[in-house]
Amino acid sequence: MYGYYLTIVLAPLAAAIIAGLAGKQIGRAGAHWVTIIGVGTSCALSFVVLKNMFWGGAGPENIAVYTWAVVDGLHMGIGFLVDRLTALMMCVVTFVSLMVHVYTVGYMREDPGYQRFFSYIALFTFAMLMLVMSNNFLQLFFGWEAVGLVSYLLIGFWFKKESAIFANLKAFLVNRVGDFGFILGIAGIVTFTGSLDYAEVFASAEQVAAQNIEVFAGTPWNAMTVICILLFIGAMGKSAQAPLHVWLPDSMEGPTPISALIHAATMVTAGIFMVARMSPLFELSTTALAVVIVIGSITAFFMGLLSIVQNDIKRVIAYSTLSQLGYMTVALGASAYSAAIFHLMTHAFFKALLFLAAGAVIIALHHEQDIRKMGGIRKYMPITYWTALVGSLALIGFPGSSGFFSKDLLIEAVRESHWQGQGAVYWIAYLSVLLGVFVTALYTFRLFFLVFHGKERMDAEARAHLHETPPVVTVPLILLAIPAAIIGWYTVGPVLFGDYFGDAIFVSESHDVIGRMAGAWHGSLVLLTHSVQTSVFWLAAAGVLSAWFLYLKRPDIPEKIKNRVTGLYDLLDHKYYFDDLWIKGFAAGGRSIGQFFWKKGDELIIDGLLVNGTARTVGRLAGVLRQIQTGYLYTYAFSMFIGLTALLGWLVWLR
Amino acid sequence: MIGLEHYLTLAAMLFVLSIAGIIVNRRNLILLLMCIELMLLAVNFNFVAFSRFHGDETGQVFVFFILTVAAAESAIGLAILVVLFRNKRSIAVQELNTLKG
Repeated sequence: MYGYYLTIVLAPLAAAIIAGLAGKQIGRAGAHWVTIIGVGTSCALSFVVLKNMFWGGAGPENIAVYTWAVVDGLHMGIGFLVDRLTALMMCVVTFVSLMVHVYTVGYMREDPGYQRFFSYIALFTFAMLMLVMSNNFLQLFFGWEAVGLVSYLLIGFWFKKESAIFANLKAFLVNRVGDFGFILGIAGIVTFTGSLDYAEVFASAEQVAAQNIEVFAGTPWNAMTVICILLFIGAMGKSAQAPLHVWLPDSMEGPTPISALIHAATMVTAGIFMVARMSPLFELSTTALAVVIVIGSITAFFMGLLSIVQNDIKRVIAYSTLSQLGYMTVALGASAYSAAIFHLMTHAFFKALLFLAAGAVIIALHHEQDIRKMGGIRKYMPITYWTALVGSLALIGFPGSSGFFSKDLLIEAVRESHWQGQGAVYWIAYLSVLLGVFVTALYTFRLFFLVFHGKERMDAEARAHLHETPPVVTVPLILLAIPAAIIGWYTVGPVLFGDYFGDAIFVSESHDVIGRMAGAWHGSLVLLTHSVQTSVFWLAAAGVLSAWFLYLKRPDIPEKIKNRVTGLYDLLDHKYYFDDLWIKGFAAGGRSIGQFFWKKGDELIIDGLLVNGTARTVGRLAGVLRQIQTGYLYTYAFSMFIGLTALLGWLVWLR
Repeated sequence: MIGLEHYLTLAAMLFVLSIAGIIVNRRNLILLLMCIELMLLAVNFNFVAFSRFHGDETGQVFVFFILTVAAAESAIGLAILVVLFRNKRSIAVQELNTLKG
């Protein structure tokens, strides 16, 4: 399998290099063919790997490929750890990436940066595969930073657009905050275990958990708690958890295909994947899990609310992504790692689908993104309509769709997670995910109704050109709609309850909510038929109905609500003032501190007083002393005589 | 009876006179050279006086050397003076202040 793994990783890299460096020579068609073939190869081989794991009974493989450096006994290398968790991620990443590649052929048709774009997304696929297939922390960090870099490049893909440049800088900086925590976490691991290798670190996890670390002198903290929280800060940056979520909505400035690939399906789930991969560490720190679950619930519920007031089609979906990432994080905190990964997988399909559908609408309307200027698109774009419907139903967890299985069981797992105690943490988490269902349904169908139903609010010219997009766009939509609709049905049993993950995910005995739920598991069909009895179903239905009533039946009401509760609306419209906090608070604060040190510290004290001040003092002194130098011989002779006399006088009389 | 102290007094007077000449004179560079010459002579006087009173001829031999060197020095000084005059058309000391800071 060694050759397989190497090919999976290197094929997209080779494609990216060819498309990037020889873009002019191979032309536009050449660029998309070479990258599609590269990523297609990875995708096919990934499915072979998954098949071998799932049906062939192949065990996890831990392969060292290359030793980069050995420093003081610390082994730094490149290697692949391919177990079932990795195999699943590889398939999700390469499949969505392949769909996005095909879709891009249609979406970026007119763009002058065509080859560059293909080079970037193939490079992204390479980086993401390096991240998920890594068997050590160093390579994980490499992949982590590389996907961040490509994300930066792609958000600012239209680099002449002011807002895009602002957005990519913002994404980069906010991710730096997270990465700072992440690298500190890795440093902590190296300090306590002396190794970067997953297997060795996990093996000595117990010893680490028994030690204390004094971050502030005098207050010993459990080493594992500190390490896990630091690692989770990294995940918060990459997976856009509050309060480090601010970059994700702005990242929608990039082209839509990358919003689907990077900012919905794959890169932002890297944090979730990482925490699941580190489950042997997180399991040892209840405190860290409590932090994870609280951050996740805040993100899941409050970011969902923001989605309701957004008017940009992509931003609505972006906030929805934040909310869904919050759900996954809650599941991680509840030790239901497999539920989180399962939701990650279904979410990758339906959210990529929704983004691509949104992109199809955007190109059909000639880059109009304001949903107030859409409406009634259903009859012009039937394929987009139906696929978007599938995506929306999966997002709200309509019974039978993939989202239903993942979200329903995720919420169930959170409800079961009594080990956190019945305290505030438990209730925050449970209520957030439960009420989040209503919010999800409301914003999803608000978007859906405003775009596809109702009055046609676009201008006449746009309407005249409105038609279904070409097959390169619709085929990926259909291919993504299929897993979005049905994958849950087939995979929920084995992935969640069938011990699919095996040793890849470690859950300690007392935390094992999924294991406890397995007793009540009687197959997909039973879950489906019982779905109407659950509060989740009725909350979702209420959400859809409210959306229908508010945005189709009585479109005047939202306006009235908005005018009635201006305070709340302002709060939501300003995204809880998080942007202000970061930009006006931290960024501006940092700048003014910098300004202070520049003006006062550097210019005034160092340059002014120390450097120029010394020179000025010497100059002034010299200005006085030069008066003595008359240049006349007799003055010198006279002073010499006086000096000589004084010296002689001293020698003769005073000594 | 003329003793050692008379000779020394004379020499000191000559020396101080020549210093005064250097300091007070602002006109003529030649005078300056003459004053330096006079200083050397004052010193020579001391040599001769001490030589005589100690009964040691070394001091008197020394005087001949000093006279020789002084003559050479004057020759060089006068040569410089001539060059200076060619350049500046003047040998007034108060006009020579290129060393002014």
